[in-house]
Amino acid sequence: MWDNALILVQAPIFNVQLLIDGILIGALFALAAYGMAMVWGVMNIINIAQGEFVILGGFITWWLSTYGVSPFLGIPISFVALFAIGWLIYKIVICRVVDQDLFISILATFGISILLQQLMNVLFTADVRTAESGLGTMYLFDGMVTVSEIKVVGFVLALILGAIVVVFMTRSKMGQAIRATAQNARAARILGINTDVVYAVTYSLNAAICGAAGALVVMVWNVQAFQGLAYTVRSFMIVVVAGLGNLPAVVGAALGLGALENFAGFILGIEFQMAFIFSLLVVILVWRSLRLKKQRKVLR
Amino acid sequence: MTAFMQNKPLLYGTILAVAVAAPFVFPNFQIQLAYLWLMVLLATTWDVQGGQTGYNSFGNIVFFGVGMYTTAVIQRAMFFDFDEYEQAAGTLDAIGASDYVISLAVGFGASGVLCVLIAIVLGSGVLGLRGHYFAICTLGLGIAAGEIAGGIDFIGAGSGLVTPVFPDGLGPKGTFFYFIFFTLCAAVHFTLKRLYAGRFGLALNAIRDDEDKAEAMGLHTTRYKVTGWAISAFFLGIGGGAMGNLIGFIDPVDTAFAGATFGVWMVLMTILGGKGTLWGPVIGAIVFHVTQEFLWTHLFGWQRVALGAIIVAIVVFFPQGIMGYIREKHPHLLGLVVDKSKRQEEGAA
Repeated sequence: MWDNALILVQAPIFNVQLLIDGILIGALFALAAYGMAMVWGVMNIINIAQGEFVILGGFITWWLSTYGVSPFLGIPISFVALFAIGWLIYKIVICRVVDQDLFISILATFGISILLQQLMNVLFTADVRTAESGLGTMYLFDGMVTVSEIKVVGFVLALILGAIVVVFMTRSKMGQAIRATAQNARAARILGINTDVVYAVTYSLNAAICGAAGALVVMVWNVQAFQGLAYTVRSFMIVVVAGLGNLPAVVGAALGLGALENFAGFILGIEFQMAFIFSLLVVILVWRSLRLKKQRKVLR
Repeated sequence: MTAFMQNKPLLYGTILAVAVAAPFVFPNFQIQLAYLWLMVLLATTWDVQGGQTGYNSFGNIVFFGVGMYTTAVIQRAMFFDFDEYEQAAGTLDAIGASDYVISLAVGFGASGVLCVLIAIVLGSGVLGLRGHYFAICTLGLGIAAGEIAGGIDFIGAGSGLVTPVFPDGLGPKGTFFYFIFFTLCAAVHFTLKRLYAGRFGLALNAIRDDEDKAEAMGLHTTRYKVTGWAISAFFLGIGGGAMGNLIGFIDPVDTAFAGATFGVWMVLMTILGGKGTLWGPVIGAIVFHVTQEFLWTHLFGWQRVALGAIIVAIVVFFPQGIMGYIREKHPHLLGLVVDKSKRQEEGAA
């Protein structure tokens, strides 16, 4: 472990490598986190099935690519497919728990998460899958740093997708309705917004964003049926650190998390990377709780 | 029926008689029956958080796993040389019966104490969190524990740890552990029954109903939540230790920190039986386990898919659980069911 840390000090160029890789992956986390923040803000539901949507999008793209469909075409297809699945899940389950207390909604999405995870395990087996994009590798700093082109392309595509969603949220009528509902659902209903449709669109849009992110993940990295929870936890951490409705902070936190994770994976060894993510979650939440406690002391 | 349910000595006597007779009446199902009591234990302890306090804990499995490892490691440390044990991995001769029992008892004690300590340390930080945050945090805890345990060589890392061979002279293995689990369940039941009837139960329910108000009334809510978690942790730790010895082999992700099986089941069984009641988790565990034993093998790999679907279905369409349903729809039955727990409720509600 210390040997690995020492390498970073002795050969600083490795830092650049890890940083670039981490930031390029981080953009994908930002997409999933943005979706989670949206559902959280509008419907007051923490969607534990978030990561499963990402993985499902990845599997759809991979499955299509085995039939010769370009993985890049898989991005819009996963987007549409996950939108439909999200709509279905909303109509069957979420619409019944949306105005109940947190206890119920969190258990319901927990159940959905297990359902999807095990369904993918049965349908696609537990193997690790990746879709070949057919792009090459770039060499920087005289070949000291290698960056696979698909990571750069994935990063750019993630930013474009994010920009489209943000434009949709600010400019379109539905986007404005969603934001109005987030501010005050009751007032929005009085002003003639059909909040049930708004909720359905929010949840489906979230699933769709995750699906598209998953399509990028399967090209850039890989997907596996049981990885979903890691994406849920990453999204949650990012939202908690960045705060709800703070877009620049979400992007910043996501890129930071990507880089941090890469460094941790390198220093602790790759087998501890997952342990690092989940432990980081506990640390962040405890730190947050202690900070809030301090604030409460002032109020006393 | 009414008289039967209200007559407590008769009720408990019947349960005791059935429970003691069961392993001898069905000698082929002793292991399954032992699992049944384990399920009751898991559900009942989960209900302390999930039902009484209103905190979704997806991480109670941590204590189960820690207990399992602690007991096994202590048994190993007491009677075996570390390297020899590593190499032989379970093929060593069985230790004597009395040594085995002593090592098991020491292991249980250590597991319980260690789990309580972990619950207190973790809980002071984690249980300051409300609602969403606590649920996701415990979800992370459970998985982090499994991942970390899978990387520690001292406890066998990813290839698992073998527990000592069950010795001769203690009767069949199934019967032995059946009675351990049964005793544990009885201990949990009466401990919680006593606690729910007093100020402690009141405080937990106050936290569930309105935590801010409870705090404003002067309750040290975090302290109560931590105590509740420590009680769950104590019994889960011992249960885990017994489970490790019953299975004989500890895998970090599949048996010890088995979030996908026991971790999910304890939630499911509690909400199925009716959370927030003393008997609900017991009924839920029995219904779930019996159904599982009969139907599971017919589902051909779709069991866990069905599990997710069942959780969603119960949460959305049947959130009150079996006990809640009886209470709601059959008030004549309710009279007796609640009457039995009425003394608690007069204290608790």
